[in-house]
Amino acid sequence: MMMIRNCILTLLLVFSTLSFAADNPADPTIEARLKILSTELRCLVCQNSTLADSDASLAQDLRNEIRKLMKEGKTDKEIVAYLVARYGDFVTFRPPVNASTALLWFGPFIMLLIGAITLVVVLKKRSAAFAAEEKSPE
Amino acid sequence: MKLKLILPFLLFIVLVGFLGKGLFLNPREVPSPLIGKPAPTFTASVLGDASQTFSTDDMKGKVWMLNMWASWCAACRIEHPLLVEMLKHDIPLYGLAYKDNTADALAVLQTMGNPYIITADDADGTIGIDYGVYGVPETYIIDKAGIIRYKQIGPITPKGLRETILPLLEELEA
Repeated sequence: MMMIRNCILTLLLVFSTLSFAADNPADPTIEARLKILSTELRCLVCQNSTLADSDASLAQDLRNEIRKLMKEGKTDKEIVAYLVARYGDFVTFRPPVNASTALLWFGPFIMLLIGAITLVVVLKKRSAAFAAEEKSPE
Repeated sequence: MKLKLILPFLLFIVLVGFLGKGLFLNPREVPSPLIGKPAPTFTASVLGDASQTFSTDDMKGKVWMLNMWASWCAACRIEHPLLVEMLKHDIPLYGLAYKDNTADALAVLQTMGNPYIITADDADGTIGIDYGVYGVPETYIIDKAGIIRYKQIGPITPKGLRETILPLLEELEA
């Protein structure tokens, strides 16, 4: 049992370092920034992974590109804009609020509002019917 | 009263409609933000002949197609015979060898035929990043003003060629 656990742990360790292994090394501040920024970005090859987790060759290229842009002194915002200009809003895990995403952002709240209004109307009707029944003697 | 009873059912049908449509969408096809925008400019060496260069500036005033491909890409092999057949239509097709080894790419052109007027070399994939390439093959149609008018993600199909690409090229050429 213990041995299996150790095996799994070792494997996990090996794979956890794998995705950054093929990248170019750079200075630690850039690496720290990249680590945070790349968890906010989607890898377009394996769409449910972040750019940080993906081992796809495009993800490696994009991480190197981000490193380059960071070295040039670009802010995180400018880097995200750079990627959005090329790959679209889909690269960000948090879609921006605009006309085409309004339903996505506000739809749930509209549904909640409709539900609340329906509930209030139904309860009011019911209590009115109940009160009327109370008043009228049998 | 009757409407009240069937309303939830109608809402359910609408929801099923949306979900059903979602099932038939392709999540791999991410619409490119570059459509309607100027094609990124680049100058690259010609595949197999580093002394020559290909530049997007040479294409000013022309309608052209840029096909991104690689010898390691299986879907590109599927598409390749159709590209070779497109030679018949006299289509201004240019190639970009994306992250490829020169010898391997040239071998493909030798064995399967060369459909490209020129193949530019993008060994490190930086031109690909500028064009938002995330999976080869991808094909762009660029108009006389250098604006990207269409992007094909994945292999071109005979139907897509007939119904979309050829009519668009004709329209842009006019």
